[in-house]
Amino acid sequence: MFNYTLRRLLLAIPTLLFIALVIFLLLELSPGDPLADMPLTIPPEVRQSMRLALGLGEAWYIRFYKWLYMFAVIEPSHVLANMTGWNVALEGQRILSWQTRSPVADIIAQRLPQTLWVVGLSYLLGILLAVPIGVYSAYRQYSWFDQTGSFVSMVGFSLPTFFTGPLLMLIFAVWLGWFPIIYDTTLVVNSWESFLKQLRQMAMPVFVLTLYNAAQISRFMRASMLDNLNQDYVRTARAKGMTERVVVNVHVLRNSLIPVVTVIALGIPTIFTGAIITETIFRVNGLGQLLITAIYASDIPMVLTLSVVFAILIVLFNLIADLLYAILDPRIRYD
Amino acid sequence: MTETPIIDTSAAFRPPRNQWWDVWDQFKTHKGALIGMCVFVLIVLFCFIGPLLWIHDATYINIRSRNQGFSWTHPLGTDQLGRDMLARMMKGGQVSLAVGMAAMVLSVLLGTLIGVVAGYFRRVDGLLMRLTDLFLALPLLPLLLVMSMLFRQRLSSLFGIELGMFIMIVTAIGITSWMQTARIVRGDVLALKEREYVLAARSIGTPPRRVIGRHVLPNVLSPVMVSATLMIATAIITESALSFLGLGFPPDFPTWGRLVSDGIDYLQQYPSRAIMPGLLISLTVLSVNYIGDGLRDALDPRIRGR
Repeated sequence: MFNYTLRRLLLAIPTLLFIALVIFLLLELSPGDPLADMPLTIPPEVRQSMRLALGLGEAWYIRFYKWLYMFAVIEPSHVLANMTGWNVALEGQRILSWQTRSPVADIIAQRLPQTLWVVGLSYLLGILLAVPIGVYSAYRQYSWFDQTGSFVSMVGFSLPTFFTGPLLMLIFAVWLGWFPIIYDTTLVVNSWESFLKQLRQMAMPVFVLTLYNAAQISRFMRASMLDNLNQDYVRTARAKGMTERVVVNVHVLRNSLIPVVTVIALGIPTIFTGAIITETIFRVNGLGQLLITAIYASDIPMVLTLSVVFAILIVLFNLIADLLYAILDPRIRYD
Repeated sequence: MTETPIIDTSAAFRPPRNQWWDVWDQFKTHKGALIGMCVFVLIVLFCFIGPLLWIHDATYINIRSRNQGFSWTHPLGTDQLGRDMLARMMKGGQVSLAVGMAAMVLSVLLGTLIGVVAGYFRRVDGLLMRLTDLFLALPLLPLLLVMSMLFRQRLSSLFGIELGMFIMIVTAIGITSWMQTARIVRGDVLALKEREYVLAARSIGTPPRRVIGRHVLPNVLSPVMVSATLMIATAIITESALSFLGLGFPPDFPTWGRLVSDGIDYLQQYPSRAIMPGLLISLTVLSVNYIGDGLRDALDPRIRGR
C-alpha cells in the first residue's frame, strides 16, 4: 500500500508537469494581448518596456521555468507564512496577476472562502440528502418513493444550472422577493442579523448546486445498494435472525458506501474549481468567477496558476479515491 | 443441440429474429425511455422541420415590434430587437442539436478507437491509459474556454464564422470527453480478448484488424451506444454553457445557451425569454438521459427476456 501510494505520487509529478506545460503552451498561443487595453498614445519603446516589465521579453521555456519556480517554491512559502505567521516567506519575484498587479496566491486566498462556503456547503448538503434517499429508494425499489426519487434525481441531473439558476432567481428573488439577486461578498457576519442575511443570500446558489450534487450521488447510492441487497451475505444475515434495521444499516449500507465514498472523493475538486456557471449567475465572486474573468481579460498568469492548482487537486483526489477504495474494501489490493 | 431429446417446438418453428427486435421489445417496456424518445423526436422535428413551415426568419430584425408578448403573429413574442422568438428557438435548437450529435460522434469514435487499441494491443496499453488519465486530470471547462479563445479567429477566417465556430466547439467538446468511453471499452475488450472465439479466430491466422472488426467491435457495441446517448446530453449542456458564458458562437447567432444568457438580462421584465430556451434544453437533456437509461436496460442481456 505504501509502495503503491509512493509510486502514484511520483507518477503524479511528471503528469502535472506535462499538464502545466500543455496549459502554458495553449495560453502562449492565445491571441489575447495584455497591453491591448492600454492607450494607443503610448510610444512603442515604452510599450516594449512595459511588456518586459510583465516578463514577456524572454523565450517561452525560460518563462515556463520561471513560472514553475515561482509556483513550486516561492508561492508555497508565502502561503505558509500567511497561514501560520512564521517568517518563512522566501525572497524573490511572485506570480503577479496582470489585471491587478498583485500576487495571484493572495487573490486566490481572498476568493477561496466564498467558493468554499457556497460550493462546499452545497456538496455537504447534497451528500447528507443523497445517502438516505438512495438507501431508502433501493430498499423499497419500485415503490412510489423510489419512483419519485428517481424522477427528481433524473430531473436534477438533467437540468443545467444555467437554467435552474435563473428560474430560482425569477421565482424567489423577482416575484416573491425572499432572497437578494446579487450575492454581497463584502458582508461581514458579526451579528445575528448579518448571519441571517448571509444565509438568505446563500440560499439560492446553494440550492441549485445541492440539487445537482444530490441527484448525482443518490443515483450512485441507489445503484450500489441494489447491487448489495441481493448478495448472499444479506440472506445469511437475515437467516441469523438479525433485525431488518441492522441488516440494512450495518451490513448493506457499509458495503454499498464503498463505491459511493470514492465517487464523493472524486467530486471534491469541483468544490474548489467552483461552479463557474452558478457563480457567474449569482455573482458570487469565488474561484470559478475569478477564472472566467481572468480568461476574459487574458490574464495569463492567473489562468495558468488556477488551472494548474485545479489539476493538482484533481490528480490528488483521484489518488485519494483509489486509496480509499483499497482501505475500505479489503478485497482490493494494489501490491 | 442434436442430443436434446425434447425440442421446444414453438421455439423451433418461430422464424429467426433479429436481436434488435428483442432489444426494441425490452426498450418498449421502459416507460420513461419511450416517452423520452417521443419528446426527443418532437424536439428534433420542431427544430429541423419547423423553420420550413414558419414564416418568420430567426435573424430578421424588426425594431418596431420589439419586446412583444405572446400573440398570433409572434406566438412566443419577440426579443429586444424584434426578432421572432419561436424562429430563434428553432434555429438555436438546430445548432445545439447538431453540435450535440457531432460532438457525440467525434468523442465516441475517439473513445472507441483508443479503448479498442489500448485493450487489444498490450504494448500501447500503458501509454494510452496514461494519456487518458492525463486528459481526465485536465480541468475541462477552463481548457474549453482557453481553446475557444485561441482558435476562434483562425478557424473563422478559414471556414467562415459559423462553420469555423461549429468545428471548433465540436472538436473542443469531442476531444475533452472521450475518456469515459475509452475506459469502458478498454475494460470490455480486455475481457473479450481472452474469450475462446477470439482465440479461435486468432489461431486460424485472422489479422488483428479483422478480429477487431468481426468479433470485438460488435460485442462492445452496447456500452458504446449507451455512452453515446449520454454523450449527446453532456455535449448539449457543455455547448449551452459555453454559449451562456459568451464563448461559443458569435452573439447574433442563436443557440439555446445564448438565448438563455440573452434572456437573463431581461429576466425581470420578460421572464419567458430566458425560461423557454432553458426549458427546451432541459427537456432535450432529460429525454436523452431517459433514452440512455432505457437503452442500458434493453441492451443488457441479463435483464432482457426477464
